[in-house]
Amino acid sequence: MHKLKSFLPVLFSALALITALALPDSPLHPEAQAPFLSYVFAAVLIVTAVLFFVGLKSPRYTKKYTHKAPFCCGVLAFLTVLNILTVKTAILPVLYFPSLDRVAGVLITDAAFIGKCLLYSLRLLITGWVCGAAAGIFTGIAIGVNPGARYWVYPLVRVLGPIPSTAWVPLVLVSFPTVVSASAFLIALAVWFPTTVLTSSGIGSIQNSYFEAAATLGASPGYTIFKVAVPAALPHVFIGLFNGTTASFITLVTAEMLGAKYGIGWYINWQKEMMSYANVYAGLIVMSITCYLLITFLFKFRDKVLIWQKGVIKW
Amino acid sequence: MVGGIEISHVNKEFTNPQGETVRALHDVSLSIAPGDFISLIGPSGCGKSTLLRLISGLISPDSGSVKLDGGDITSPGSDRGFMFQEHTLFPWLNIYDNIAFGLRARKIFRGSEKLVDEFISLVGLKGFEKYYPHQLSGGMCQRASLARALVGHPKVLLLDEPLGALDAFTRMNMQDEILRIRAEQNMTMIMVTHDVDEAIYLSDRIVVMTPRPGKIISVVDVGLSHPRARGGEDFLAYHAKILRLLNYTISKPEPDYYL
Repeated sequence: MHKLKSFLPVLFSALALITALALPDSPLHPEAQAPFLSYVFAAVLIVTAVLFFVGLKSPRYTKKYTHKAPFCCGVLAFLTVLNILTVKTAILPVLYFPSLDRVAGVLITDAAFIGKCLLYSLRLLITGWVCGAAAGIFTGIAIGVNPGARYWVYPLVRVLGPIPSTAWVPLVLVSFPTVVSASAFLIALAVWFPTTVLTSSGIGSIQNSYFEAAATLGASPGYTIFKVAVPAALPHVFIGLFNGTTASFITLVTAEMLGAKYGIGWYINWQKEMMSYANVYAGLIVMSITCYLLITFLFKFRDKVLIWQKGVIKW
Repeated sequence: MVGGIEISHVNKEFTNPQGETVRALHDVSLSIAPGDFISLIGPSGCGKSTLLRLISGLISPDSGSVKLDGGDITSPGSDRGFMFQEHTLFPWLNIYDNIAFGLRARKIFRGSEKLVDEFISLVGLKGFEKYYPHQLSGGMCQRASLARALVGHPKVLLLDEPLGALDAFTRMNMQDEILRIRAEQNMTMIMVTHDVDEAIYLSDRIVVMTPRPGKIISVVDVGLSHPRARGGEDFLAYHAKILRLLNYTISKPEPDYYL
């Protein structure tokens, strides 16, 4: 059973490679620079074949791999179906669904420019994210521990927070000296709101006995805020940061429409207007990989900080 | 010798969630000598926990006064250690950092690192310094919480049903532990409990309270020497006396049959 399971990816990548090489391309599709997809399938075939033969020798080693084998087959099947629907038969509209070879081609030939766009986006995203997260945690703590701040600031948060960042564009454009600062502000705003709300609600839901214990141990109010309220609220703060991060990706694309010179969101919009959809998909792939990595990084950081929660809460 | 408590004519009212006023304590006076072990016992609502929280300074009386060595108690302080029913260890700190919390908060940790180790050994948690509370059993957490309350050398240790959540055997072990620590540390201890046997086993004096309104009806001196035999004849006599004071009469069960 395990042998069959670890052989399936070999079979699927072989079939994918045969489909890519043997079936003729539709004349409707412009020719790609090179058969990149076939290269990928060939590489996958070699890797899965090696894993399969290693697995025959030491079955213990394959256990992990066979767990992922069905998923690997699923991805290969999806790419093959897409390959057939686009370049092989041209069933999907050619203009909007370019061949995978061309998308891969863009990723390779346009790599330097896309990389530059990515760096500009990351600079904007990280600036906005750090400002928004810091402001959110600060506001959240203030609302959480200070009744005065709760009275005056909390209604403001409730009113301003849910407004989508796009709605701020007209105001932001006239209030900020540069496009970069305006864009960073929009991203900061998107991160600030969920971080504030969850930090303050996190502090609000701390059981009172922690504060009482701290008081009987001789802790001052200030010490209690930073050594009891903040760490106890951290699980909530991270949920806020996670929500803020996903909101910041959405806002990034909006913000880069304000007149950015470079940026991955700007690149996607620009290429869409140029009707070069291969570039749009390349941009989307780079963006999704970046977002995936950033979220993974946030999760890893959270696991490190909240190590005391191990086994207590999972999300 | 320090750690004397003087409670005089204290009244305390609460408003319950239904909006009714509950008289938790009515004209309560009690004087506790330094180094005494006092138990506060009585049914729910008799104000025993309220009295303990008044001494800790977590709440203040509506009228009357609570004094520690002649000075009014107005706020919680490290001179009165408090051990809660739930262990209330901070889950984000390991056992060592939990026990050191009070010393760090008062900025006296530098130079007293040895003290933390000493108290970890005292409660038998050597080797568990790096563990987080969720990795330990309830009994071990209560030991850590006891060490945390003791490490700052309080004059008075307040215990709010600290063993209530433990199983019977862990409970009896912890009672011996508390007696051992008391002999070493020599401080005033005031404990709230539901358990008559626990009160007799540990206390010099037992303060018996009744509810509605919460008041002290009697203070029983336990004239037994340590170690006390649980279930010994004198022990049972005190048991019966306290139950009588609380209006629980002990009747012998009817035998199923006569010979």
